[in-house]
Amino acid sequence: MSKSITRTRPDVSDTPLRVEGLTKRFGGITAVDGASFEVERGTLTGLIGPNGAGKSTTFNLITGMLSPDAGTVTFDGDDITGHEPYEIANRGLVRTFQIARELGEMTVLENMMLAPKGQRGEHLWRSVLPGARGSVRKQEAELLDRVWETLDFFDIEHLAEEYAGNLSGGQRKLLEMARALLTDPDMLLLDEPFAGVNPTLEKRLLEHIHELRDQGYTFLLVEHDMDLIMNNCRHVIVMHQGKILTEGTPEEIKANEEVIEAYLGGDV
Amino acid sequence: MSDADATTAGTLRRLWAEDAVKIAALLLVIYGAYLISGLVLGYSIRGQLNSLASLTFYIGVFATLALALNLHWGYTGLFNIGVVGFMAVGIYVMAFVSKPLYGTTGAAQVGGLGLPIPVGILAGMIAAAILGLVVALPALRLRADYLAIVTIAMSEIVRFTFLSSTFQQFQFPALSGETTRVGFGGGSGLILDFPDPLLAFIDVVGLSGAYDGLVAVVGSVVPNNPEPIVHSLVYGVVLLVVVAAYFWLLKRTGESPFGRVLKAIREDEDVARALGKNTDRFKIISFMLGCALMGLAGILWLMGQGAVTPNFFRPRLTFFVWIALIIGGAGSNTGSVMGGAVFAAALYQGPLYFQNVVTSVFQPGEAPSSFGPAISPLISNIDPMPFLLYTLDSVRQLQLVVMGVVLIWLMHNRPQGMLGHRKETAAAIPLGRRGGGAGRSDEADSEPTPQTDGDGTGGAADE
Repeated sequence: MSKSITRTRPDVSDTPLRVEGLTKRFGGITAVDGASFEVERGTLTGLIGPNGAGKSTTFNLITGMLSPDAGTVTFDGDDITGHEPYEIANRGLVRTFQIARELGEMTVLENMMLAPKGQRGEHLWRSVLPGARGSVRKQEAELLDRVWETLDFFDIEHLAEEYAGNLSGGQRKLLEMARALLTDPDMLLLDEPFAGVNPTLEKRLLEHIHELRDQGYTFLLVEHDMDLIMNNCRHVIVMHQGKILTEGTPEEIKANEEVIEAYLGGDV
Repeated sequence: MSDADATTAGTLRRLWAEDAVKIAALLLVIYGAYLISGLVLGYSIRGQLNSLASLTFYIGVFATLALALNLHWGYTGLFNIGVVGFMAVGIYVMAFVSKPLYGTTGAAQVGGLGLPIPVGILAGMIAAAILGLVVALPALRLRADYLAIVTIAMSEIVRFTFLSSTFQQFQFPALSGETTRVGFGGGSGLILDFPDPLLAFIDVVGLSGAYDGLVAVVGSVVPNNPEPIVHSLVYGVVLLVVVAAYFWLLKRTGESPFGRVLKAIREDEDVARALGKNTDRFKIISFMLGCALMGLAGILWLMGQGAVTPNFFRPRLTFFVWIALIIGGAGSNTGSVMGGAVFAAALYQGPLYFQNVVTSVFQPGEAPSSFGPAISPLISNIDPMPFLLYTLDSVRQLQLVVMGVVLIWLMHNRPQGMLGHRKETAAAIPLGRRGGGAGRSDEADSEPTPQTDGDGTGGAADE
């Protein structure tokens, strides 16, 4: 741990994620067109824009699900452009999906136990050989304790033995965020975490996010709900037709004529 | 839950939840049915023992194959319809390595490398695993259905390769440095002229005395040449031990963090990758392990048969294994074993047995020789007998129709297989409700010490 702190602290300063000139074309359509932005450490940054603005594609480019045609993604001072999704996740940049992708035929506990990094038993021989399995079981017991703590934190411990496929939409969103958190990320990319979530649950989810941010986690949040973004984010990035239209504090964004026009579809 | 009645009921339920009990009960039913129909047929003791031996053999091979396929499809979601290809490579490579050198024995057209049988078995399994790697590397990067196309094509390529005259015989450097005549025998097949594997194995483990004793015991009941009966019975038992070993291996594989990632890949690979799992590595290891196990199953099926021909490995054998897996329920190791047993007993051996029983009970007359004479009495004077006799006589051909009907029925009515919608928990420890934080960690710390590999009980009790 101390090694990574000395390595990253000085040059990373306060922007763990830096995106420069990111471009992605699908056939004749340029979904993301030279997008550049930075995310400040320990903040909740909002990424907004009308449908088709390129927000989800940007997420996919950052997390390696797609590789960009041009541009770079830097995380904690390292170039991660075009890396495999699992490598990026293992560096501490973890995403959730727009439509919650629970592993339906696995229980909530199994879903959660999947997430932690560096599981000894992920090497087949350790899980199978009689002498080595003891250490796997020991680590599993430790992980299980952590899983229960996290389930408690998200108030879904009563669902622990339920199959994830039986959960409601909002519960799936909670599960997905809880699961992402168990990977020990430094930064979370949340793709519309409140879509389909009822207002009570939304409030609770927001409380969790703020609590986690206070603990030092960094969040980048894609969201459609302008009010929610304006009330909760310190910094807002607006995308429109694949480009970064503008960025600034919620007040600045609210006052920006271009943003209003983009949302009302003035010049499309 | 804490009072005494609940505990006894719980013990009974746990006993039934124990996978071994379910499998043993099923096997008892199957063997019972076969013994009874053997009595109906008026089989001699020799006949009974022979039918039990061949039943055990098919249960053993189909259960091992279904278990290996379950690792691919049930656990990892890899759609492998080239099972026979891996079996063929297993036995052919084993024969290549373990057949005696050309010229040392009389009958064979080609020789092998003359290495010991265990070396051959290992080489066969490794070859099947490597073939799996070669198939998987390009195909795993594509969508899942492409793996299906690649694997079935591969299994046919393997069959035609062993059929081709190019590989019928060729020179190959032996260990001594000189080249020797080896080959795969082409369409006429390959004689497996190594020493009898079972007898060699019994000799190595020092049980020759016990085996001879067993032959003597059986000889007192079946005076005339008891050795082949004992041989096939013992081979059946060895196969069941292999099934148990597969089961143990795959259960531990499934109930572990490794198995959890496999399950996650089956459910949604993108999620596993987004959570930092190198899914390609997991898929390749899982695929290669399954292929090696299929190779071993091929070896065990054929190494005692005296010869092997490429056309044994037609794609329909792959689909037999799939039917076995679907009957049992993909995703469950217990289900795979039970599916293998039911398939072998009811669909593979069953129809012929049924034919024999019906023939011997009703003693019907001669069946019509073709479809016309079979159907015309039914139309002209509503006499169904010739048609029924003809149907009974064609049971072997109808076997595939029956399998198809069973498959369609299963997909419509019970796609989850015999055991219902069963999901075996993918964790090395029981994932139960927390009984207080301290208690749980105590239990976890003390558990590995007293029972190093007795972790099956906890997982099963969770069902």
